[in-house]
Amino acid sequence: MSVAASTASEVTLATIASGRTRDRDIKSLLFLGALWFSLFFGIMVLLALIIDTAIAGAPRLDGNLFTRFESTLFPERTGFKAGIVGSLWLMATTALLAIPLGIAAALHLEEFADGTRWYNKLIEVNLQNLAAVPSIIYGMLAGAIMSFLGFAFGGIVIGGAIALALLILPVVIITTREAVRAVPQDIRQASLALGATPWQTTWRQTLPSAVPGIATGTILGLSRAIGEAAPLILVGIATVRFLPTGLDSKVTALPIQIFNLSSNSQEAFQTAASAAIIVLLVMVLAMNAVAIIIRNKFQKSW
Amino acid sequence: MSDALTSGPPPGAGLTAPDLSARSRPGEAVIKALLLLAAVLSIGITFGIVAAIIGPTIEFFQQVPVGQFFATKDIGSQDIRPAVVPLMMGTAITTAIALVVAVPFGLGAAMYLSEYASKRARKWLKPTVELLAGVPSVVYGFFAVYFVTQIVLQGWLGLEVSFFNSWSAGLVLGVMIIPTVASLAEDALSAVPQALRQGSFAMGANRMQTTLRVVFPAALSGIAAAVVLGLSRAVGETMIVTMAGGAAKNMSLDPGEGRQTMTAFIAQTAQGETPVGTPGYNMLFAVALLLFAITFVINAVSIAIVRRFRQAY
Repeated sequence: MSVAASTASEVTLATIASGRTRDRDIKSLLFLGALWFSLFFGIMVLLALIIDTAIAGAPRLDGNLFTRFESTLFPERTGFKAGIVGSLWLMATTALLAIPLGIAAALHLEEFADGTRWYNKLIEVNLQNLAAVPSIIYGMLAGAIMSFLGFAFGGIVIGGAIALALLILPVVIITTREAVRAVPQDIRQASLALGATPWQTTWRQTLPSAVPGIATGTILGLSRAIGEAAPLILVGIATVRFLPTGLDSKVTALPIQIFNLSSNSQEAFQTAASAAIIVLLVMVLAMNAVAIIIRNKFQKSW
Repeated sequence: MSDALTSGPPPGAGLTAPDLSARSRPGEAVIKALLLLAAVLSIGITFGIVAAIIGPTIEFFQQVPVGQFFATKDIGSQDIRPAVVPLMMGTAITTAIALVVAVPFGLGAAMYLSEYASKRARKWLKPTVELLAGVPSVVYGFFAVYFVTQIVLQGWLGLEVSFFNSWSAGLVLGVMIIPTVASLAEDALSAVPQALRQGSFAMGANRMQTTLRVVFPAALSGIAAAVVLGLSRAVGETMIVTMAGGAAKNMSLDPGEGRQTMTAFIAQTAQGETPVGTPGYNMLFAVALLLFAITFVINAVSIAIVRRFRQAY
């Protein structure tokens, strides 16, 4: 096989051409074509989305986009400063809430839990269920928690962060468990044999070995959180024209600003929304790329 | 008694036995308790959801008769609009369109990745497909309104669809859940042992026959679970149907018309200025409880499918 035959298509065709004559009849080739089409359909839609947005938003990819607040009077100068900074605030707070909690829960389930106890079984089933709960429901729970804690009005940083943290907690727990489970038993046994306690083994051996897997899962979870709008609507987050100053300060988010602009019929606002979508997509795709690179480069195969 | 044993050599023995029991470590116990607490909190979240939703729901049914809620048309006072069946219809129609897109394309992609792609190709193709799930739903919603509806459906295909319609909401929703179906189905297909494939090849079957008649049936429970999870994602997704599906209750079956879904109703009502405690506000929670119950049941079915039909190889 030549060096050029590097893509999946070429490899597959090369395999077919080289010997598997049974795979060359018309039905098999049609089937393979259908599979191919399925795979590339999604990728084509993704490309169409990116190209369409880039063309629509290009005229507004200027400095105003990052330095100005939303303006309803001057659509050609409206900006997303509040949304971009607000989304970063929300993401940082979400990470502080969800990551320690998620890792702790995962460590309990993988390293210390007695799987035959009824409450550990309940936690297992419950986690599977939580992962499929609609995001909007987490927004309602966060809203109830906020009024329970006595916050008079909604739309503040901590409320949004609680909603997003609840949303990504199952993802963080599930991916951390997979990463911890992949650490071979030999390492734990060697550590215990040298006299380390179970917690010392977990903290100094198991957890560091699992860091690439945990980082991948956590970054993917956070990239999901940064793009979410539905739970934020439920905790009362709307558009504001200032930056947050603390956890109890009113805030907006980039997806919320995009959502509010999309229902405005003036074309200049849609151009601005497209430009904001480019910014949001760059943030999300960059986080995904980092996650994939960590997974492919740093993950040890034992 | 214990003093007599530990202090001084026992009479008649020349050696003291070393103490082999572990030193007690109170710190370790505290850490373990904290980890357990974090895990138990996940159960607290489920109870919290139910507790947060059920109070206003009970209040709602004291204000509005159950019959008006489970009705196909809004009856009673005009400002509440209590009928939930049109919202369930909206969810059902958009979800059905989404599954028609996501199931064949998701399974096709999974079969290609698991049975045809080289190891190296899979390493990069799978994350690329999964990127589709990473695109924010508000971006998909915008894409559905301004590209799929206006350019593809009304422009290229020349269909007579309204500005808000179920075609574009459902199709884009389907694209969004392709990775959910593809990823889980691929896991299921890859878990089928190599021996089954080799046996099939040895009997003279080609790759397509092996994939369709041996690997696919063997992975059926995992594939069913993948489809069911995609279904629950579609039912619970909010922003696409809110932005592209419209805000009108609609009992007709024509996907060219717009219709409000359960999730869109919740988002649109929460965005409005409905005062807390009114029937209109409490209805939000009644619909949310119904939505939670539906996704809970769908998910339980998915878990049961995997439990009951999983082949142990």
